[in-house]
Order: sequence, then structure tokens, then C-alpha cells
Amino acid sequence: MRVVVQSGPFDLGAETSGFAAAQLASGAVVTFSGIVRDVSGGLSAMEIEHYPGMTERALTDIAREAMQRWSLEDALVIHRHGTLTVGEQIMMVATAARHRKDAFEAAEFLMDYLKSRAPFWKREITGDGADWVAARDEDEDALKRW
Amino acid sequence: MDVLYFAWVRERIGIPKEQVTSDAATVMDLVTELRAREDRYAAAFEDLSALRVAVDQELTDFDAPLRGVREVAFFPPMTGG
Repeated sequence: MRVVVQSGPFDLGAETSGFAAAQLASGAVVTFSGIVRDVSGGLSAMEIEHYPGMTERALTDIAREAMQRWSLEDALVIHRHGTLTVGEQIMMVATAARHRKDAFEAAEFLMDYLKSRAPFWKREITGDGADWVAARDEDEDALKRW
Repeated sequence: MDVLYFAWVRERIGIPKEQVTSDAATVMDLVTELRAREDRYAAAFEDLSALRVAVDQELTDFDAPLRGVREVAFFPPMTGG
């Protein structure tokens, strides 16, 4: 299990193949990556603030819980902070399990939890100024299914 | 203890971190003390339903006790992923 919090970019392809190649007992690897999107057409950058120390701790707790609940062989979480531009990768999760159902479910669990339980805050920078992204009720509701 | 502020809470109060000497028994008592300081604190803590709190880097509630605590952080709901 590996948790990484960094400001620089990561190589999704290299991370995914490295993760998959390290698995010997797993028949299934699932990856998800989140990308900076430009919904309204005027986004010049996205800034991601975080809480150093608590971020690593929260992500590790979430990953550890996923490992236990779905008997994962391995899990990887990478999440960036700082200033990102449209199309850049913000984060990725990867899960490895014997069978795909566990790998898919654990990846969804990781995503749902890190969206609203890991201390990151997004701010969208446009020509009109900067706005903090508001948390969505759906994201909080998504936790209830677990 | 250290009190930390993030995102718009940090902006509204104007600083990311400060040392606070307090006898507050709970997070809510600390909020009451901070609100009484200045308008910028009162504004930041106006609507607690819009805030989350972590005590020693663990998410918790506003009724959490503060005895022996080193670090309290206030911030809006998180928007990671």
C-alpha cells in the first residue's frame, strides 16, 4: 500500500504499469484518475490547498480501511496539491485484488471517501477571479452506501 | 495550542495559523472565545454548519473535548478527488 501527496505531476501510465507489475497474487487491477476539467469554459487554473500531515494520515487511514474491507492485495493513492491547469491529472487510485469486483468496489470506496474526508480544498481561477469549489451534497450522500 | 485555518476560513480570518492560549473545554467553547475577539472571527464562524473541525489532525465534532490537545483546525467541507 502506498500513499503519495505531491505538488508535481505524476506519470499515470508508469504508475499503473509499475503497480500492476508488482502484483503476483492479484488477477485484477482497477485504476481511476481525476483530471482538471473546465466546465464553464473560462478556467485558467485550479489551486488545491491541503492540510500537510493530516492529508497523509487521512489518506492512509482510508486506504488501510479499503485494504481490509475488500481483502485487497495492494492499493495506491496519489493526490496532488498546488496549482494545476486544465487537463492535468489531479489524482489517481489503483487497487489490486484477486477478482475484479473487489478491485472495482474498493476503488469506488477510496474515491468516495477521499473526496469528502481527505483535507483538500479546490479553488477555480478564472478571468473573473477565484472561487472556492463548494462541496456537493451528492458527495456526502455517496458515503452512506458504504 | 495551535489553531489552523484553511481555504476560505483562512482568507476570512487573514492568517493560516496562530497560537491560542485558552481554557476552553470543548471546540465549541473555543469557537465562542474566537468569535468574541473581532468581526473577522465572528464572520468566519457565523455558520458552523458550513465548517468542519479537526482536533490533532482527526476529523471530529464541535463538542469534542480539548484537554491535552496540541492542534485544532477549522475549514470548509473538503473537496478533494
